[in-house]
Amino acid sequence: MKIGVITYPGTLDDRDAQRAIRLAGGTPVPLWHADDDLKKVDAVVLPGGFSYGDYLRCGAIAAQAPATKEVIRLAGQGLPVLGICNGFQILVESHLLPGGLIRNEKQHFVCKDQKLRVENNQTSWTNMFEKDEEILIPLKNGEGGYIASDETLKMLEDENLITFRYLDGNPNGSLNDIAGLTNKRGNVVGLMPHPEHAVEPGFGPDTKTAMRSGIDGLKFFQSVLQQVVNA
Amino acid sequence: MPKIIVEIMPKQDLLDPQGKAVSNSLHREGKKEITAVRIGKRIELHFDREITDQDLEMAKTQAANFLSNDVIEDVVAVTKED
Repeated sequence: MKIGVITYPGTLDDRDAQRAIRLAGGTPVPLWHADDDLKKVDAVVLPGGFSYGDYLRCGAIAAQAPATKEVIRLAGQGLPVLGICNGFQILVESHLLPGGLIRNEKQHFVCKDQKLRVENNQTSWTNMFEKDEEILIPLKNGEGGYIASDETLKMLEDENLITFRYLDGNPNGSLNDIAGLTNKRGNVVGLMPHPEHAVEPGFGPDTKTAMRSGIDGLKFFQSVLQQVVNA
Repeated sequence: MPKIIVEIMPKQDLLDPQGKAVSNSLHREGKKEITAVRIGKRIELHFDREITDQDLEMAKTQAANFLSNDVIEDVVAVTKED
């Protein structure tokens, strides 16, 4: 099972995403932003970081990259795509997901372990979770405030397209506590928190059981692997 | 040098944290008569020749689709400057 990870100039978490895919049992395939060949991967991760230095708007320039254009085309055919943090920003700038992300309400960069509730477990990247499962994964962003028009928010709520909501406090002012979204087909998922940083015991968030033992992020990658195997 | 100026502002109903920080600073300096500050962007497109009507149309398209994001921003002006 090949899962591509696109590296843009300024991407930070591409290696972590590759490692997460490996730990979940998949084969990570590094992809380059300037190359429109996605090497026949079965799914794609747009990792976190600061593509193009966040110039113009976060994710705006990356949304125009040859590799992203190919992701947009193949996502329309059902290719599973996960956008993490800056990857989520790239997905909204590419119009694969609606709305926009603006500077955190309190203007500070936020870095913490964040509790989330799984609202929709019927997507390519969340099918291993229980509905309403509470998970803990790291969050680190400066521009993670999710906004959309009232009409779009209603559509997201009515059609169950919100995949994750922030629990125990909204860290960035996101409307309706939205931490992550999916598209109608369920193959594209974007979220601000970082599942790839909670995949290996000893390196994840602290849990009640033990320090750094949190591995809730692993299920994102296991979900897509399971779906691709069953397809 | 002929250029096209694109001016972009955050949407009116949206919190503009940058403007708010500057406004707070002005208030600390006693400029209480300033009720709000909003900060947008001015983007210059420089041309190596005379700007045609098609260039202006192209700039308007780019302003709407790439230079701004209509979820969070408004294009307030796209103008030619010789």
